[in-house]
Amino acid sequence: MAAVAPEKRGTEAPPVAGPQRGRRMSTIARRLRIDRRYMPVVGTFVVLALILSVGGVRYDNFLSTNVLANLFINNSFLIVLAVGMTFVILTGGIDLSVGAVLALSAVSAAYLLDAGVPAAMVMPAVVLIGSIIGFLIGVMVHVFDVQPFIATLAGMFFARGLCFVIAPVAIPITDETFVAISAWDTWVGGQWRVTTSVMIALAVVALAFYLLHYTQFGRTVYAIGGGEQSAQLMGLPVARTKVLVYVVSGTCAGLGGLLFAMYSRSGYSLTGVAMELDAIAAVVIGGTLLTGGTGFVLGSVLGVLVLGLIQTIITFEGTLSSWWTKIVIGVLLLIFVVLQRVLTLRRT
Amino acid sequence: MTSSETAERPVVQMTGISIEFPGVKALDQVDFRLFPGEVHALMGENGAGKSTLIKALTGVYGIDAGEILVDGEPHQFSGPGEAQSAGIATVYQEVNLCENLTVAENIMLGHEPRRLGAIDWRATRREAARHLATMGLDIDPASSLGAHSIAVQQLVAISRAMVVDAKVLILDEPTSSLDADEVAQLFAVVRRLRDEGVAILFVSHFIEQVYEISDRMTVLRNGGLVGEYTTAETDRLQLVSTMIGRSMEVLEDLHVSTAHTVAVEEGSTPYLQAVGLGRKGSVQPFDLDVYSGEVVGLAGLLGSGRTEVARLLAGADRADSGDTRINGVPVRLRNPRAAIGSGIAFSSEDRKAEGVVGDLTVRENIVLGLQAGRGWMRRLPARQVDEIVDKYVAALGIRPANPRALLRNLSGGNQQKVLLARWLATAPELLILDEPTRGIDVGAKAEIQKLVAELAERGMAVVFISAELEEVLRLSHRIAVMRDRDKVAEVVNTDDVRVDDVVELIASGGKH
Repeated sequence: MAAVAPEKRGTEAPPVAGPQRGRRMSTIARRLRIDRRYMPVVGTFVVLALILSVGGVRYDNFLSTNVLANLFINNSFLIVLAVGMTFVILTGGIDLSVGAVLALSAVSAAYLLDAGVPAAMVMPAVVLIGSIIGFLIGVMVHVFDVQPFIATLAGMFFARGLCFVIAPVAIPITDETFVAISAWDTWVGGQWRVTTSVMIALAVVALAFYLLHYTQFGRTVYAIGGGEQSAQLMGLPVARTKVLVYVVSGTCAGLGGLLFAMYSRSGYSLTGVAMELDAIAAVVIGGTLLTGGTGFVLGSVLGVLVLGLIQTIITFEGTLSSWWTKIVIGVLLLIFVVLQRVLTLRRT
Repeated sequence: MTSSETAERPVVQMTGISIEFPGVKALDQVDFRLFPGEVHALMGENGAGKSTLIKALTGVYGIDAGEILVDGEPHQFSGPGEAQSAGIATVYQEVNLCENLTVAENIMLGHEPRRLGAIDWRATRREAARHLATMGLDIDPASSLGAHSIAVQQLVAISRAMVVDAKVLILDEPTSSLDADEVAQLFAVVRRLRDEGVAILFVSHFIEQVYEISDRMTVLRNGGLVGEYTTAETDRLQLVSTMIGRSMEVLEDLHVSTAHTVAVEEGSTPYLQAVGLGRKGSVQPFDLDVYSGEVVGLAGLLGSGRTEVARLLAGADRADSGDTRINGVPVRLRNPRAAIGSGIAFSSEDRKAEGVVGDLTVRENIVLGLQAGRGWMRRLPARQVDEIVDKYVAALGIRPANPRALLRNLSGGNQQKVLLARWLATAPELLILDEPTRGIDVGAKAEIQKLVAELAERGMAVVFISAELEEVLRLSHRIAVMRDRDKVAEVVNTDDVRVDDVVELIASGGKH
């Protein structure tokens, strides 16, 4: 008997609480006139506000412009990665290669600069490395119909291996032009420090937003995520678009590598291990459905900020191991994925 | 219309079209003409080659031989995009739009008005609203497509087709999930487009609708051309016999074999007995007896709880009240596997998602259920498999009669037959058929109906679900009437029960 009772409670409780909470959520959404498509992003925003207020209450100086400006500076490369990842995930794909491509780009930058190649040539070249790898992956995925998971896994091993071939040990960057560019900063409103990498990251976000919402390429990305066959039958350029999203993601990874080289002033082959997973986490926490078709690039930026803020809080706490970041991210991811499930289930 | 036929040039002329798939000759030397300002019905059984012909015209499939002229120009489309730019737009059976996008986007995708190179959203929505208005649709272009009914989505798909100023509009089974009012709305749109000079190719299994809307028709059979007819000069019987390629024997036969003799003796135990079986949010508790040798029909509108009853009986959903007895012994059907073990076979209404496996062969699909029942460790000997497969391919008339053909290359009706064969191979005591005849043609329908009647005659208990009341009445010994997820009535089907009586029961909810 004792064993039966809890089981019974367990099975009966959720059906009562679930729909009620769902109804309350949708009532709020209706009252605030929020389209259901924006619900996950709104969720991310709420989480962000929550973390900010908790931090603000617990620690002095947490809500200072200094901390917030650094949040952007320290995560600029991750923002760029997450933007590229958003394109891929919107089509229903995944890109596991970006961490390794970022490393390859950073290592190549350090190696070429060390060899005396001028910075003006190195910078576009390393971004191009990312584009080329992205293109090859795109061709594998579309033309040879390889699962994105496997194609990008291959890309990941390839890029990571190449890193070690180019530079078995860390190479410091001493090129004057490059150092000058990376050290440049400006103070917005005299308070908010903005560096080159932040400017680049924000430009990438703006460009991505434009591409996704104001060009046919972007709308085709969404259409493919909604149903690849439908998109095909609607006469949209599915093949070209599917290759292009991996080029976009690869380019973003190449650019991310450049930003990381600016950030760390060195090239090291073990850079960015598992960073692709951070990017995926940011995109998912930012409200993009892994099945594709729904999500926003601004959501992914919010996702990166959430991850960054968690890290900041752990730092402020001081006594906690930084691995707590991972645990919190894990829990958040779980919550968001469940939230997405609830939203998609309610739709059907 | 008919007088202008010779004078005008066809907008589409296909000559000697052949397409071959591995193991299947889908089209063989087919000619087809389509004139501006006509509604042209493409008729044929499942597997006749209608879909293939459409896909050849729209560039989804490449043709192995033949020539396609559009406006007198030879064309060889390599994809739907190219066909669209040549003025050929298609609305498919399953609406092929993106539910995650808005109505406006679905209409305008790929043709959005631009300003300075960027999509002008305001103009896009305005443009979409204009197209919706010509369809007589009053919906918000900014709403998401998934929020609308299939009928509305269908009209949205047609709006999309008209954005490109299509000269040819292909409607592939557009009415299969619409109700009468929605069909009328669709036909009004189709007639207006025809009067504007658009050539409309209409494919439907509903013969009455074909007669209502079409001017001419082309009949295909087994991948070959049978002929081109003027609708007004062809009577229904003639049409059906040309489609199925034999006289009406099959249909006649059926009437004899399903005389409503209730094969149940008084006082015997039903094979399956549901007592107060129900599930919260799915279907109200109901009682239902099914005797061996009896066909019990479930009648009701879409969403009335027909499928839910079937799922409870088959253990696909777990009941939260009541119980099930088999031969008088209470059993718990926790999942379909348990039900299969108890001799219950359930053929679901969604054969694509829940039934057949497209990437396996006919042979593999047929023995799938039987093999699963035995467990993978005890493989069926190849010779035994061949015997079983040959038997059912012959008995059900599966075409092509090639056990090695991939299932996805078969037509809908033949896929349904394979599914049926799979369940029959497990020799069930009770067969639950949910919409086994939906979306398949007259001939195959009659064959499946005949088969059901024969199975019952041989002692199998059958639960038969269909949206077509005529069909339920023709086959069933008893009919359970469902309404609003509740079993409201049960009638013994005698010769004087008519469709109108059942409709009245559904309408009144069984209370007189």
